[in-house]
Amino acid sequence: MPETRPTAYDSKIEGNVIFTRFDAALNWVRKNSLWPMPMGLACCAIELMATAASRFDIARFGAEVMRFSPRQCDVMIVAGTVTYKMALAVKRIYEQMPEPKWVIAMGACASTGGMYRSYATLQGIDQLIPVDVYISGCPPRPEALLAGLMKLQEKISYERSFRNQKPELAERLEEVLG
Amino acid sequence: MSREELLNRFTKAFEAKLQLKIEFRGETTYTIAASDLRLVAKFCRDELSFDYLIDITSIDNFGEEPRFEIVYHLYSMSDGIHLRFKLKVPEETGAVDTVSDIWPTANWHEREAYDMMGIKFNGHPDLRRILMWEGYPYFPLRKDFPLEGLPSEMPDIAFTKVTPMEGGPFVTVPSTATSKDREPRARPPEL
Repeated sequence: MPETRPTAYDSKIEGNVIFTRFDAALNWVRKNSLWPMPMGLACCAIELMATAASRFDIARFGAEVMRFSPRQCDVMIVAGTVTYKMALAVKRIYEQMPEPKWVIAMGACASTGGMYRSYATLQGIDQLIPVDVYISGCPPRPEALLAGLMKLQEKISYERSFRNQKPELAERLEEVLG
Repeated sequence: MSREELLNRFTKAFEAKLQLKIEFRGETTYTIAASDLRLVAKFCRDELSFDYLIDITSIDNFGEEPRFEIVYHLYSMSDGIHLRFKLKVPEETGAVDTVSDIWPTANWHEREAYDMMGIKFNGHPDLRRILMWEGYPYFPLRKDFPLEGLPSEMPDIAFTKVTPMEGGPFVTVPSTATSKDREPRARPPEL
């Protein structure tokens, strides 16, 4: 039988220890430091730039670090019309992003093809890559992009990150801990 | 050189070769034969100071013969005068001579006409598609190409699918009505 000892109250660590679930801590870290991949393909990119600039300041939500290398990105913001000529390039860049990764389809064109019902335009980026958040608008206001980002943060905070990323380890832990 | 002087010199030089002259809002359009294109183009640039080729556009008169029409828009930088000439291209040959050595800017304009309409340009130094990818099987601005497109597949390069039109195309109406009435929506033609 394991020995149990009453732990003495240590006033030095008061306020320095937080109990939480591992997922909650991990998700909290992830959602507050989303590095965007600015996939600016049309006029939505102008609003994306405005969102990043001082007036709307996407840095307030921890997503100011626009990276132009997919290797360093967490969330791809598809801002604009995706033509068939560009489609596979967007997919390739998405595939180059490390896990975990998310996608925001910004504006009507990226979500559905928008007003471009034509031979040249992909009718929504979700035909090629999984999309987490859709933002309506043509183009959406910066506030809408920020709302979309907050929606994504909310989604991330409910993710079962540990289980999704290390399924074998999670199963073994469950076995061991009963 | 004044406008009249310029046009006079033009008509004098090609009197027998001009098929049709149209005056519209102070702009002159001549129709010429496809075989005279390079002759006319060289004369316009060297003798008439048309140093700027604004654009080359192409028209598909589907169902008519000859099917295609090419329009050259010229501008004289020194005299500030516009000139336009057109020529017809039958579908069987589907080709005209290039003017890319006369006006270098024609290089890309001719590539666009080739890409969208499928008209070939004899003697063009680099006649590749410019907007669509190499290997795309259709010419999308031809009248017999459907608006919603046709499926195609080029592995690792690009693909296209048929666009759901949902009763469209969505069009507006030329009108002085409110923007609510002019809103683009499906307007099937009344039969």
